[in-house]
Amino acid sequence: MKIPYYPGCTLKSTAKNFENTTLAVSQALDIELIELPRWNCCGTVYSLSSDDLMHQLAPIRNLIRVQDMGYDNVTTLCSMCYNTLEQANQLVKSDPEKLEKMNSFMDREEDYAGGVDVIHYLTLLRDTIGFETLPVKNSLDGLTVVPYYGCLLLRPEEVSIDNPEAPTIMTDLLTALGATVIDHPYKLECCGSYHTVDYKDVVCEKTFSILSSAQERGAEAVVLSCPLCEFNLDFRQKDVEQELVPMPILYFSQLLAIALGINCDLGFDQHYVNPEPLLKKKGVLR
Amino acid sequence: MAEEPLPKMIKVYIMGKEYEVPEGLTIMKAMEYAGYRFIRGSGCRAGFCGACGTIFRKKGEYKFQTALACQTTVEEGMYLTELPFVPANKALYDIDELTPSPQTIVALYPEIARCVSCNTCTKMCPQDLEVMDFIQAALRGDIQQAAELSFDCLQCGLCAARCPADIVHYHVGQLARRLHGKYISPRSPHLKKRNEEIEAGTFTEEMETLTQMNLEELKKSYSERDTEK
Repeated sequence: MKIPYYPGCTLKSTAKNFENTTLAVSQALDIELIELPRWNCCGTVYSLSSDDLMHQLAPIRNLIRVQDMGYDNVTTLCSMCYNTLEQANQLVKSDPEKLEKMNSFMDREEDYAGGVDVIHYLTLLRDTIGFETLPVKNSLDGLTVVPYYGCLLLRPEEVSIDNPEAPTIMTDLLTALGATVIDHPYKLECCGSYHTVDYKDVVCEKTFSILSSAQERGAEAVVLSCPLCEFNLDFRQKDVEQELVPMPILYFSQLLAIALGINCDLGFDQHYVNPEPLLKKKGVLR
Repeated sequence: MAEEPLPKMIKVYIMGKEYEVPEGLTIMKAMEYAGYRFIRGSGCRAGFCGACGTIFRKKGEYKFQTALACQTTVEEGMYLTELPFVPANKALYDIDELTPSPQTIVALYPEIARCVSCNTCTKMCPQDLEVMDFIQAALRGDIQQAAELSFDCLQCGLCAARCPADIVHYHVGQLARRLHGKYISPRSPHLKKRNEEIEAGTFTEEMETLTQMNLEELKKSYSERDTEK
């Protein structure tokens, strides 16, 4: 299958490993991700001011680019891009007056007709390939992980990719790959998000409670889908004052690439806690 | 002898005041005809230097338009002015001490992260560049694309003058092109070879001969030179 792919800025720099492993996985699964020939920042954070249309231009302009390609759907990996694109999409779909105002402002573009669906890559995998039918060649048997959803895949409910209170999509995927998946109470907790810039201590507190809770339950690694969560849970470990055993943080796509036996660069050099020793110790990585 | 017909005169408004100027003049010439004298805000008068960026509005339209004053002819009822300079912030850096990493541009021009993709810059560009796209490329650390998309920038600054986020697109593009030129684009093998030839003295004798020639000999030598077909 072919589907337009919106990467987002972070996937081109500090989360290049997230993109590379997903591209390799997609190729192996015969999913052709067609990167939008022109795209801009998703808008980063969805603006909650309902009349602040200036901050909705970025996401809607990207959906116009998809429309220009002749497609009616687009997939994205970064939880934040997914959330911003889809919330803006729903805003203009439900409010034709706002859409008209934005179309009139963006007068050099074709009008956005509201006909694009934004699909997170996890949803795409589940609904087009199916987790159970993934061609697993190298089971993650022996590795104990916790999925971490954070906020942006699940909230608000209208854009949630799964049950916002009790999601299972990542558990289902990781179980299908052979990993032992344990539940933990902080899987929906916010990572502290952009407080990481000005209030590092807020994020360190979050990182400590999320990771120590996961460790107490026997988890060896955390699996997620958001580059900002990754940064906060991984790189902020060096600033956590309490005692914490270093814990690898992985993108689901990295474990997918390993489980499907794909020979590609996993990008472990982009992590603070290198996941390689753990994966080798568990026999998941040779 | 028949008298040359007088040019048709048209009405324009310069800084709000009405003037009659001959049809067919550029904005710059029309303003000079009306008595303005440009000490700054004019340069090559050929559309290359970017000194004469200007903003105008046509009769009956609500939109502002931009142009290089030396490249655009006046029309009946135009509202004109000239912008001598855009007092934009310019980062100080030593190109030799920079690295072409994805964060280099945003570290020197952090305001690019304020871009909301409104595209006003693109609409303003007299060179028809995709200005917003090169700012977005710079934001995600794609120096090569930022350099390529901004290649024809004349540094007129109209983009920055209109940006609601106070981004200085033309300086950002220039930094991208400098980083690209110094660190990313491949070195020219021809230049290296030619420099070696110069250092080895291949052209020394020829240069000596040229410097000894008088004007007449130089002219003759020039008109008889080998030229590329």
